[in-house]
Amino acid sequence: MKSAVWQNIDLAARKLTPFLLSLVLVILNLVPLHLPGYAAISPNFALMAIYYWALHRPSLLPSGAVFIVGLLQDFMSGGPIGQNAGILVVVYIIAVSQARFFYGKSFFVVWWGFMIVSLCVATMEWVIASLLDASMLAPKPAFYECAMNVAAYPIFGWLFVQVHRTLPQEE
Amino acid sequence: MKEKPGSVVRVAAPMRSLAQRFAFLLLLGTAVGLLMIGRTDPKIFNETRMALIDSMAPVLDALSRPVATISNAIDHVRELAHIRETNAALKAENARLLQWQHAARTLLAENDQLRTLLKYSGEAPAHSVAARVIGDSSGPFIRSLLVNAGTREGVRRGQAAITGAGLLGRVAATGGKSSRVLLISDLNSRIPVLVESSRARAVLAGDNSRRPRLTFVSANADVKIGSRIVTSGHGGMFPTGLPIGVVTEIGDAGIRIETFASSDQLEFVQLVDYGLDGVIGEDNAPMTQGAGQNR
Repeated sequence: MKSAVWQNIDLAARKLTPFLLSLVLVILNLVPLHLPGYAAISPNFALMAIYYWALHRPSLLPSGAVFIVGLLQDFMSGGPIGQNAGILVVVYIIAVSQARFFYGKSFFVVWWGFMIVSLCVATMEWVIASLLDASMLAPKPAFYECAMNVAAYPIFGWLFVQVHRTLPQEE
Repeated sequence: MKEKPGSVVRVAAPMRSLAQRFAFLLLLGTAVGLLMIGRTDPKIFNETRMALIDSMAPVLDALSRPVATISNAIDHVRELAHIRETNAALKAENARLLQWQHAARTLLAENDQLRTLLKYSGEAPAHSVAARVIGDSSGPFIRSLLVNAGTREGVRRGQAAITGAGLLGRVAATGGKSSRVLLISDLNSRIPVLVESSRARAVLAGDNSRRPRLTFVSANADVKIGSRIVTSGHGGMFPTGLPIGVVTEIGDAGIRIETFASSDQLEFVQLVDYGLDGVIGEDNAPMTQGAGQNR
C-alpha cells in the first residue's frame, strides 16, 4: 500500500519534470557568465525546452504551462510583459502541429526544424520590439541570438533526451 | 495507463482538440492584452516584477558565485601569461600618474582656496552601496543587470550605477533586496551629457549597440575623436562630471561613444546616491533635498 503511494508521487514528479526543468532553465539563463558580449545574445534555454517537449511529449507540457514559463521569463527580464509568453505559445502551437512530421526523424531534421522556429522567434521579437518602440529597430541582435540558439540546441537536445529516458512511457 | 473504451476516445478526441484550440487563442489573447497594458502603463507590473525577482534573488546570488569564481580563476591564469608585459606597462603608467597626482594635488588645493573665497557650498557628499551582479537580464533588445541590493540597503530608483571606470547605468526598479540596473546602451536610456573639453551639451542615447550615440549635439559644437564625454547634471539625475566614455566615431551614422564601463566581466557595481531627486525620482522620493544644490 505504502509503495503504491510512493509510486504515485514518483510518477507525478516525473510528469512535472518538463515543466519544472523549463522553469529552472529560465532562472539559469539569467546567471551572468562573464563572457564578453555574451549577455545580449545568450541563447534562450527555455525556448529549446518548449520546442523539445512540444515535439516529443506535449501531454507533459500543456499550453498553460508554456505560457507560465514565458511569463516568468518576461518578469525576470526587463522586457515587456507578455512578449515571451506569447512567443513561446506560438512556438508550442507550431511544434505540436508539426510533431507528426518530426516523429521518428533523425536529430538533424529536428535541429533544422528548430532553426526555422528560432528564425520565426527572432522575427517576432524584432517586430514586437519595433512596434513597442514605434520605430524600426536594427534587427541584427535578434538574429545573433537566433544563431546562438541554433548553435546551442545540440547540447540542450542531448540533455533533454537524457531526461526524457527517465520519464514514464506515454499512455 | 488505464484502458479507455474506444467510443469515448472517438468523441473525446475532437472535443479535446477544440478545447486545445480555444486554450491557444485564450493564451495568445492574454499575452497580447498584457503587452498592450504594459505599453500604456509601463509601471503597472513593476511591483510584481520586483517581488518575483526579490524572491529569486537568493537563488540567483548563490548561482552567480561559483560562476564568478571560475571566471576569476580563468582570468588569473590568463593574467599570469602576460605578467611581465603588464608589469612594464604599469610601471610606465605609474610614472605618468605620479605627475598627474602632483598636478591634481596642486589643483585641489587651489580649488579649495577658491571655493572658500566664493563661499561655494559644493555638492552633498555621495553615499554609495556596493552590490553584486546576480543576474544579466539582457536580451536582444534590452540591456539590464540584476544586483543584490535594494530598498533595504537604501537603493532608490534613478541612482547612478558606476564602476571604477565610469558610469554604467541607472537603477530602473528596486525591490527589497534586489534592483534592476538599466545600462546606458539600452534603447530606453537617455542621459544629458557634456563634451568635457568644450562644455557643449548633448544627449547620449542608447541604441542596443555596444557604442551608444550622441544626439542633439549643437551644430557648432567642438566634438573630435577622442573627446571625453561626461554627465552634465542637467535634469538632476546625476551630478556633473561623471565620466562616461570617449568619442570613437564621427560619421554618417552619427557620433558614437566607446564607454569606459563595460558590463561584460562585471562582478560588482556601486550604486551611488548623490542626494539628487531629479526627473526620475518623483514617485518614490520626497522632494526635499534637491533645492539647495542647484546653482
